[in-house]
Amino acid sequence: MLHIVNKSPFENQTLDSCLRVAGNADGAAILLTEDAVYAASKGNSNESKIKAVMGKVKIYALWPDVEARGMQDRVIEGIKMVDYGGFVDLVAEHSNCQSWL
Amino acid sequence: MGVEMTEATGGIDFEDEESGVVKKFMFVNRKAPYGTIYALEALEVVLISAAFDQDVSLAFLDDGVYQIVKGQHTKAIDVKNFSPTYRALEGYDIEKLYVEKESLDQRGLTEADLLVDVQVMSSADMAKMMAEQDIVISF
Amino acid sequence: MKFAIMVNEGVYQHQATDSAYQFAKAAIEKGHEVPRIFFYHDGVYNASSLTEPPQDDRNIVSRWQKLAKEHNIDMVVCIAAALRRGIKESNLAEGFRISGLGQLVEAGIQADRLVVFGD
Repeated sequence: MLHIVNKSPFENQTLDSCLRVAGNADGAAILLTEDAVYAASKGNSNESKIKAVMGKVKIYALWPDVEARGMQDRVIEGIKMVDYGGFVDLVAEHSNCQSWL
Repeated sequence: MGVEMTEATGGIDFEDEESGVVKKFMFVNRKAPYGTIYALEALEVVLISAAFDQDVSLAFLDDGVYQIVKGQHTKAIDVKNFSPTYRALEGYDIEKLYVEKESLDQRGLTEADLLVDVQVMSSADMAKMMAEQDIVISF
Repeated sequence: MKFAIMVNEGVYQHQATDSAYQFAKAAIEKGHEVPRIFFYHDGVYNASSLTEPPQDDRNIVSRWQKLAKEHNIDMVVCIAAALRRGIKESNLAEGFRISGLGQLVEAGIQADRLVVFGD
């Protein structure tokens, strides 16, 4: 299942909720889009949480949103970048998706 | 308990109910009522979905659990109290209401604080339940 | 594959509608179909014929219209959500149609995936 998060982790607990529910789920992937891409930046206080689940679930970030926010040189190693086409592929490859609004 | 949400039925295309396809639809509620309209409009979608004979479930996580907490009185804010509608869902054959335990715990709530019968489950079980769905509509 | 899309936020205030547009465009470019886009909550403002963005900004409404026309996308605005917010036939942008929530459920039934964009 693909989980899509679009909130800054500094604004509310959406990322935490997503990680709590999906962070250990079989076959789960998490895509960070919009303001959630700040969670993908090195040295941010959520880095350890992200890294903790990376062995179990795949973490992606939407490159156009990363770049738009000036985070392109700070991305945590192991987070995979996708463009909008890659976003479409992720939705297609997983049996379903949920946006954590 | 009256369900006064008739405006939501406007324009429904009943011809399309006949497709015979039954999918698993989950409506995920993560927002509190009243502060924003998401919870109310989510409920309107849920009620409409009942007409399509699909396998419908509702999940309540995070502030979404506040939607079904007992004792809501909205007269003084002059906003319709739609919480009784959750109790009416059973009449629409919508009986799968799932609540994440962690969300209740974080808020100092227990199942006894909720106004409708639900199935309380762990985060891991909620993840499994979500993964089984065909369509997840989140609010 | 058939992708149904749900847009739950209005124009300019939130990136959700931009993300939805980019997703729809990319899906089509990859050879997928986007049979229906359903606009709900403040998303109904995407269908207002009265928006006038500055010249140097993207025109969200006309961008949807163009994409829908070129690729035969059924753009449906929820009637209950629209009426609540002052969107009606008289100020509905061309290419959109107002209908019921059943259209969203139906899109979910008929599509292979449904992707929600919102706040």
